[in-house]
Amino acid sequence: MIPALHVQAPGLSTTVQDLGRPNAISAGVQSGGAMDRFAHSAANLLVGNDPGHATLECTLSGPQLVAEQSCLIAITGADFDPHVNGAPAPTWTGIFLGAGDRLTFGARRSGARMYIAVAGGVDADRWLGSLSTNLMAARGGMHGRSLKPGDVLGFAGEPKKPAVSGRRVPEQLRPEYGDHSLQVITGPHLMRLNPEGRRLLFGTPYRVSRDADRMGYRLEGPNLATSGEELLSFGLVTGVVQVPHSGQPILLMADHQTAGGYPVVATVVSASLPIAAQLLPGDELRLVEVSVNRAHEMRKALATALNSLRQPS
Amino acid sequence: MRPERARPRLRIQPLGDTALLAELGTRLDTALNTRAIALAAALKKRRDVRQAIAGYASVTVHFDPDQATHDSLAAAIKRLAAKRPPMAEPGRLHRIPVFYDGLDMQEVAARVNLSPEKIIEIHTRPIYRVFLVGFVPGWAYLGPLAEELELPRRHVPRTLVPAGSVAIAGRQTGIYPLPTPGGWHLIGRTNVKLFLPDSDPPCLFRAGDRVKFFAAQA
Repeated sequence: MIPALHVQAPGLSTTVQDLGRPNAISAGVQSGGAMDRFAHSAANLLVGNDPGHATLECTLSGPQLVAEQSCLIAITGADFDPHVNGAPAPTWTGIFLGAGDRLTFGARRSGARMYIAVAGGVDADRWLGSLSTNLMAARGGMHGRSLKPGDVLGFAGEPKKPAVSGRRVPEQLRPEYGDHSLQVITGPHLMRLNPEGRRLLFGTPYRVSRDADRMGYRLEGPNLATSGEELLSFGLVTGVVQVPHSGQPILLMADHQTAGGYPVVATVVSASLPIAAQLLPGDELRLVEVSVNRAHEMRKALATALNSLRQPS
Repeated sequence: MRPERARPRLRIQPLGDTALLAELGTRLDTALNTRAIALAAALKKRRDVRQAIAGYASVTVHFDPDQATHDSLAAAIKRLAAKRPPMAEPGRLHRIPVFYDGLDMQEVAARVNLSPEKIIEIHTRPIYRVFLVGFVPGWAYLGPLAEELELPRRHVPRTLVPAGSVAIAGRQTGIYPLPTPGGWHLIGRTNVKLFLPDSDPPCLFRAGDRVKFFAAQA
């Protein structure tokens, strides 16, 4: 292994993530992967990687890292006030670190999850086709766990040449992180809510509770009563809003259980998942119904933004 | 006139912009499950399908939105679902030893008004079907459980159920593969490992397999 970054302090919870392991869903293994796929993919593209390379996902606070040798990195997603050798460093931009340079972070300024990509990709344990960390199974990533002080991250491969710093994702190409309206397509079991429940679901804000992690967010707000017989368990996807007996909805995120039987009343569209990934306990959100066509337009706009970051090969 | 065979209506609905849920029916039924598994296998062969996961009586389809739309895929699902399902091969049979000394055995015995011995006899009698593998890594939904043992889930789920616990709820039975929270009634435990993280696939049971429990001697 060629060392890239030395972990002096890991931050609150920093894990290796890529685009997950969808082929393992039929074994009950969570697909997992980066929560904010836009920020993860953009960080990779800014350093010349493919979107599927592994990055570091840092939740709520940043790590302290020292470059073992010169490398091109990019920091995207949440803004945790990055510094290189004590001087403020830009986000959403490719930056060079020289050997011995220290990457540190200050206080959280916005968002919940930050991504750090390294040209060549972060190396880690591959499990069932992915480098993503699965904490429940204790597999993948850095030996199935969050980073610890003293860990050394290697390069997964040769960085793409030429390495070019200063490439940037302009703000207008990023998801609208400040707007906590999550666009949703109505779910297969919406009609298990009565008209009042449907009005509340789309008409009132919900708050992300403290019970919020990579598996999903319990939401707090008006109680939703569902009717009908118990459903037989079926395959779930990231972004579904399910309503358990308690009547408080749950938004499922990247490490969600693969199957379940609660009514699914809405599903957050793929273009809004990056925004959902950056929400914190206490944040208010609104579920806004959109058409399938509008969801596709939104998805294409983000895909086009990412494509514009690809280096000509 | 030939009597028309009652076929439950196929319901296909979006799960966001890159997936959909095709529900074949609403009953816990081996024939429906066989059709769901066959439909998932057929869908997985399509280039526009990324993943197809069979549920009890449904298929969740993740598709490539650059190659397919909900409408094009729904049409394909209707065509595939109308075909006669292939002859289901009997799944592999697993014999699982169980120590029937679960934490909830006495409570279950009281609630279903049967002795623990009778519960063991009823629980070990059938060959269960693996309806689906999912929820957490290696978990398999097995059934149908005998009606005599049918109980709703515990009102307050346990925050931690030990791995290897053999449990029942509704018309289902299962084995906790990992220490996880759980709301089922624990009637026993097994040493057989359900989750095999270093194998591929990483689980002992696959959808369509068959499982027979027997009482192990302590």
